[in-house]
Amino acid sequence: MLEKALTGDKRYWGWIAFVLIMIGAGAIAYLRQLDQGLTVTGLSRDVSWGFYIAQFTFLVGVAASAVMVVLPYYLHNFKAFSKLTILGEFLAVPSVIMCMLFIVVDMGQPFRVQNVMLYPSLNSPMFWDMMSLSGYLFLIVVIGYMVLSSEKKGIAPPKWLKPFIIISIPWAISIHTVTAFLYSGLSARPFWMTAVLAPRFLASAFAAGPALLILIIFLMRKLTRFDAGKDAIQKLAVIATYAMCINVFLVLMEVFTTFYSGMPEHMHHFEFLYVGLHGNNTLVPWMWFSSALAVVALVLLLTPKFRKTEVMLGFACIAVFVSIWIDKGLGMIVAGFTPSQMGEVVDYWPTLNEFMVSIMVWGIGLLIMSLLYKIIFTVRGETEPIVAAKEDKKELTVPSN
Amino acid sequence: MGIDRRKFLTIAGLTTLTTLGKTVLGSSPAGHDPIETGSQAVKRLAMVIDMVKCRQNEGCTECTKICHKIHNVPDIGNAKEEIKWIWKENFEAAFPNQHHDLLEDNIKNSPAVVLCNHCDVPPCVKVCPTGSTWQREDGIIMMDMHRCIGCRYCVAGCPYGSRSFNFRDPRPHIDEMNPEYPTRSKGVVEKCNFCAERLVDGLLPACVDICPEKALTFGNINDPESEIRQILKSRHSIRRKPILGTNPQIYYLV
Repeated sequence: MLEKALTGDKRYWGWIAFVLIMIGAGAIAYLRQLDQGLTVTGLSRDVSWGFYIAQFTFLVGVAASAVMVVLPYYLHNFKAFSKLTILGEFLAVPSVIMCMLFIVVDMGQPFRVQNVMLYPSLNSPMFWDMMSLSGYLFLIVVIGYMVLSSEKKGIAPPKWLKPFIIISIPWAISIHTVTAFLYSGLSARPFWMTAVLAPRFLASAFAAGPALLILIIFLMRKLTRFDAGKDAIQKLAVIATYAMCINVFLVLMEVFTTFYSGMPEHMHHFEFLYVGLHGNNTLVPWMWFSSALAVVALVLLLTPKFRKTEVMLGFACIAVFVSIWIDKGLGMIVAGFTPSQMGEVVDYWPTLNEFMVSIMVWGIGLLIMSLLYKIIFTVRGETEPIVAAKEDKKELTVPSN
Repeated sequence: MGIDRRKFLTIAGLTTLTTLGKTVLGSSPAGHDPIETGSQAVKRLAMVIDMVKCRQNEGCTECTKICHKIHNVPDIGNAKEEIKWIWKENFEAAFPNQHHDLLEDNIKNSPAVVLCNHCDVPPCVKVCPTGSTWQREDGIIMMDMHRCIGCRYCVAGCPYGSRSFNFRDPRPHIDEMNPEYPTRSKGVVEKCNFCAERLVDGLLPACVDICPEKALTFGNINDPESEIRQILKSRHSIRRKPILGTNPQIYYLV
């Protein structure tokens, strides 16, 4: 089945070549980082985690969000998602791999990564994060592969797969919870030390993930004969809407607690993000842009007329995705370190080298995703030539209750 | 298909078993403590810093100089990548919770010598995913430079900014190499070790030895007769961010 990724038209190979160039260009930057150390990044003794760890955090969310198609389909027998579950799983696979790679590229001694397994430290959330991410990767690879190969043969997936699918649901929740625990358990960092961090991570993930999936569906409809169907898209839109509402709600909870209690140690981080601190405004325009996008997204999503218009829904999804990417992928990590333990504001902005290394990781993710999606659509092209019309006939469900 | 799966599961199972086996048979962090200190059963090492004496000698950096010299701490010349084991901070930076605008000038303008607090409940040890940083029985928080993967989780976890990361190869930035102490490679975290290598020779930490004002006192805080216990009994002392529950073992006399 995997060989399906190796045949394709010019357009497909052109895209693969483009992604390979991305990876190659980024790899040069990574070699430079390996040679010179993390001095090639914008990181410092005060802001010691930055863009890499932020991308990792954001992508764990994208990976976890596959559960938003898996759960309605397998637990609630929501048939419209029948063709989407594999898309969700195969979006999660490259996401988890990118998460792992972002951790590795952030390490000062990446060739010692096996030490995490050789000297397991049960007291460290990082150990548990590694366990939960690799376990999740194993689950979704097995599930995705088995479901798709059964679909290819036109049979129902094997019975033994069902427990894997059921376990993958809480497991998806766990990966983002443990990721939040990396931060929220640190007494040293008041900005992160909030019980609402894990729920907030999950809410933002379940908004950004389905939003991304909708955009991918739109794109795939243009590029292939695949059509998820109106029902599926609208249901995903509703999921993204609820999740975005909860996400914004939780952020506002945080703002209330911080500013009503008025504890300076907690307020300074928010001030740094939204009004600037000690004359440093690096992230201020970004955070307001993110907030504005969140408002736009909510207006578009909460108004049924807009949500049901595909162009508007597309805009809303872009707004959700970008808003949350800025919040988690730029603000969240840096603000935890600013101000520093000594009350100082040390400027951080990713360097070109850091950005190129990230391009490498994103490139690898895009490559894996392209290959996997190519396999899906090729397999479906064989088994199911007229995709859109036969929506309801297809029953590849694992028996569910 | 069935055979493939079985093969796959076999390999996956074997891999897991190998990892587990290594874990069980491998050394535990406690087993790789390189230094024995004395025979006293429950020794707890701590330091008292007399800020009154320290501020007599404004601009003195003897403790920093000797420490960084004997431990091959590089001078990177770039505030963002600085490696620091012991240094002076202003009072507000070191004690944000104990500072206020109308505080006595003497205290407000007192520099505080800061270093690793060798916490009783060390957050850095708690978060380290590889056991590269660990606590000795006498309380010293140690670093294994060969095991550290450079994830900097300990840097995020330390509430005192006591840990430094080698963003680049430190060796070209060491003025005068001390062959008695190892240098570090790029990509690992380091910090004050309470001069564990001197203690084993029966010497005091270098900063305590060199201080021209004799502002630093070092000893066993579990011994009621020790000098530091006597000082703490007679003078008002404060600690950095005690509210966090880390139980820091550097005491400051203001």
